[in-house]
Amino acid sequence: MTGESTTQPATALLVLGCPQVPVQTSIALYLINRLKKAGIVPTVAGNKAANTLLVVADPDRHYLGEVMDLDRAIVMITEKKRDFDRCFVFIHNDAGVTYAGTMSAISKAKIYTIIYGEHYEELLKQMDFPCTPIAAKAVHNPLPLKKALDEVAPWAA
Amino acid sequence: MGCVESMNYEIVLRDATFKESRDFIKKTYAEFRDVEPGFKVFDVHVIGLPPIAIGLDGDFVIFPYTKPCHGTFLLRVEDKEEVARLRAIKK
Repeated sequence: MTGESTTQPATALLVLGCPQVPVQTSIALYLINRLKKAGIVPTVAGNKAANTLLVVADPDRHYLGEVMDLDRAIVMITEKKRDFDRCFVFIHNDAGVTYAGTMSAISKAKIYTIIYGEHYEELLKQMDFPCTPIAAKAVHNPLPLKKALDEVAPWAA
Repeated sequence: MGCVESMNYEIVLRDATFKESRDFIKKTYAEFRDVEPGFKVFDVHVIGLPPIAIGLDGDFVIFPYTKPCHGTFLLRVEDKEEVARLRAIKK
């Protein structure tokens, strides 16, 4: 057949940080829901603990799609075997900044940094690579971060 | 990412920020190379804010390794072949 075009759905990668700050899991599920409603296919990449928190919370996979190991995601993107249209990096510590800088360098995705926790203002100052920061002082209560996310509405961009 | 656990490594610096680890390499080792994120050292794709400094000290390679919950470690691994490969990279 000729003349037919197959349009692939837009994709997004959620790069999870250490799950020690409670809002991460909640905001990740919220973001996945908004992305899916917008027709964007989300993939989650995190360490074992961060991924397991999501998988256990969503046993029937109403929200979650593909979940992969963070190191594996880095390898696949670096080796250009896979990439995404959007990439959301969760940041509440220096390691999160390091992963975000890495994603900015290795991926062609539009980078969104989701910055939260007690030290979010100091972390926000370290966004000296191309990205759209979404930041709020949120530790246990996800609503300030949800509000910041809704204001940017990255699923609509 | 390759399995760091399978390497015979020494931890030179632990619980550092990425920038602290980069400064440590540049101040401590006379010889280093700057590489981009994703560059392979041994079987590990190094991550970090570019440029990432890799230290060279005799037959040892010193490189950063970041874990989401534990920050950045500097690992020191002896390997003549890897050192030679890295030395061949232009500064």
